[in-house]
Amino acid sequence: MKELMTGNEAIARGAYEAGAVFASAYPGTPSTEILENVVLYKDKIYCEWAPNEKVALESAIGAAIAGARSLSTMKHVGVNVAADPLFTFAYTGTNGGFVLISADDPGMHSSQNEQDNRNYAAFARILMLEPADSQEAKVYTKLAFELSEKFDTPVMLRVTTRICHSKSLVELEDRIEVSMKKYGKNIGKYVATPANGKVMRYKLEDRIKAMETYSNNTDINTAMYHGSDIGVISSGVAYQYAREVFGDEASYLKLGMTYPLPMDKIKEFAKKVKKLYVIEELDPYIENQIRMAGIDCIGKEIVPSIDELNTDILRKAVYGIESEAVTSEMAAVVRPPTLCAGCPHRGFLQVLSKKKNVMISGDIGCYTLGSAPPLLAMDTCICMGASVSAGHGAAKAFANAGLDTRVVSVIGDSTFFHSGVTGLMNVAYNKSNCITVILDNRITGMTGHQQNPGTGFTLMGEPTVEVDIELICQAVGIPKSHIFVINPLDLKETDQALTAALALDDASVILAKWPCILKKFSDQDKEDFDLSPGKCEINQEICTKCKTCVRTGCPAIHSGDNIEIDEVMCTGCAVCMQVCPFNAISREVK
Amino acid sequence: MAAIKNILLVGVGGQGTILASKILSSGLVMAGFDVKMSEVHGMSQRGGNVSTQIRFGEKVYSPIIGKGEADLIVAFEKMEALRWLEYLKKGGKMVINDYEIPSAPILMGKVAYPQGIIEELAAKADISVFKAAEIATGLGNSKMMNVVLLGALVKALNVPGIDWEQVIKDNVKANFADLNIKAFNMGLAQV
Ligand SMILES: Cc1ncc(C[n+]2csc(CCOP(=O)(O)OP(=O)(O)O)c2C)c(N)n1
Repeated sequence: MKELMTGNEAIARGAYEAGAVFASAYPGTPSTEILENVVLYKDKIYCEWAPNEKVALESAIGAAIAGARSLSTMKHVGVNVAADPLFTFAYTGTNGGFVLISADDPGMHSSQNEQDNRNYAAFARILMLEPADSQEAKVYTKLAFELSEKFDTPVMLRVTTRICHSKSLVELEDRIEVSMKKYGKNIGKYVATPANGKVMRYKLEDRIKAMETYSNNTDINTAMYHGSDIGVISSGVAYQYAREVFGDEASYLKLGMTYPLPMDKIKEFAKKVKKLYVIEELDPYIENQIRMAGIDCIGKEIVPSIDELNTDILRKAVYGIESEAVTSEMAAVVRPPTLCAGCPHRGFLQVLSKKKNVMISGDIGCYTLGSAPPLLAMDTCICMGASVSAGHGAAKAFANAGLDTRVVSVIGDSTFFHSGVTGLMNVAYNKSNCITVILDNRITGMTGHQQNPGTGFTLMGEPTVEVDIELICQAVGIPKSHIFVINPLDLKETDQALTAALALDDASVILAKWPCILKKFSDQDKEDFDLSPGKCEINQEICTKCKTCVRTGCPAIHSGDNIEIDEVMCTGCAVCMQVCPFNAISREVK
Repeated sequence: MAAIKNILLVGVGGQGTILASKILSSGLVMAGFDVKMSEVHGMSQRGGNVSTQIRFGEKVYSPIIGKGEADLIVAFEKMEALRWLEYLKKGGKMVINDYEIPSAPILMGKVAYPQGIIEELAAKADISVFKAAEIATGLGNSKMMNVVLLGALVKALNVPGIDWEQVIKDNVKANFADLNIKAFNMGLAQV
């Protein structure tokens, strides 16, 4: 049976068919839907959202050492977070098959950077596979488990946005039940002390040689000979672009396994063609190795290494042909994503944006959208968790220089659990006076509503304990008197809390608690919050068109000849009503 | 080898482009084509623009297209038609929903919604324009707009031998099947 599947669905299916029994991940575009599909097989695969990628990877490592076929999935930057265990796990090797899925985002559709994680495979010395469509995503996932066990190595399946989110036809097969590998204590293998590590380091080189031999012989590294004028080496989705641009006359060496590279096969291919192209998205990962082997080729001098590729870009790079596009002088107005109507972050950021002499140390989540006009309520955004720790450093630097600039660090609930807690510990321990704001919207919003340790549910839908954020803050050393729990949609309460926190010369926390408006509310949410939907309306006779409400950036408010509120979009959050200087806005609870 | 056809569906988050492209691609698969479909979601729920690309033929390699490569663009929103115009192949067709969703800078009154989009597009390409939202509202469910547009798309695409009513039944909730088929047929009649 063939089915149209995204790469992410296909990877989940591959894990199922391969007999995987354990999966742990932290969400991140474009990887998120892998576990959201693995959970469809939850009677066979135990799966979970971990608080961050390091924990996810380590959990999967533990399961693999115990003998289970395990996987961990994450976006490219997640591998940075998980790099520490990954590099040493490459030394120890595994017991049950272990697969790490790294989902890169060329073109930065929804990421803060564009790193090419193929470099990680070479850096950590782990076997890497790169599927080029959904069918391969499934087949390679299965193969990855086998190779992991065959070579006693973690395997990285490296995919990109266009593999993850494109659908193509997949042939479904049955699941093979794989029994747990026997666990046995093996200190020399699994305890990476310096003495053991040294032994492992040499063994690793032997393993790489064995893997290279495999790479030279496997048919997932295939040469397809047509003409001898042009030869193209490529992998992943870039192969698909190349295949279309160079057409049926060129010869291809399509690489499905890209660490270690099949250098013998590459040499043989290079000899048979007059002109050799290496077509890669992002870094010259393959090209550099080929050049180092003394083979001449054409690559990054013509193919851009920034942004994702497509056939159009490639055709221009190779043949200098610009496609004939229909153009217009008229331009469409940009359509940037915005905080939703009713988003609780708007209330808090609206109030914060009015504070003077404040540095807003930002983070990654929906609230980052508050950095855009009109709110401009964010000064920095580096990586998950950086708001709290970078805020601490900035506060220390300002204080040391005798400046009275204050720092407000803004972080979401999921991001706080991910890596904000350790930063807050530093704030308390090393005594800066930052104000750490935790925007607890009761869910992981930005990536599409995943459960997290604060929501009371697991990925598999079971009720569980909830992290008590207030208690965590107290436990790391923020006194109860310095913790303000507020409703961020109540602007007066929010302003009072910020004013009080700014008046303190100690570290403080503002915990802004209100559920994401798009969330499927739990019974607990319905009990804890007044979620009765209302609608706001502007009395046109009182409205002076001062546009104060427009400057909250609410997408339900339209500014034309009149200022009006879209009845369908409005959720009755009443931020506009509270900022209106003329009391022209009222709310009717329906 | 039969030439590959490229279709681009563009709109704004929440307009239902994804369901429309899902129905379309299942129909094409049933007809025996190789199909690739690519969508960029991510921040679509936050009011950004969304696009889905569908390519079909005997054998499809790339999941995405470049500028000047779409045989057919279906714009669920008028300004999005303008935004994606450069992806249209010379001689390609556009189906446009005459419907405006102002973006953030327009809502804030910083710039105006561009005037004369339809006239401009008509001068540049072969376009069909109609008000899918009104048709859907006429059917008593404004959410049907996407299926109305799907009907128009299928007509403009003109691939014979696909039982679209069956494909729709397979892809929507049973109690909504009749309404969806009605919406689809109303769309068919628009092009
Ligand atoms: C290391 C890393 N992992 C994952 C992501 C993807 N990501 C961006 S924001 C986010 C979650 C934000 O959730 P939360 O902090 O609760 O804020 P919300 O979006 O709900 O406002 C995730 C998982 C990332 N950018 N970096």
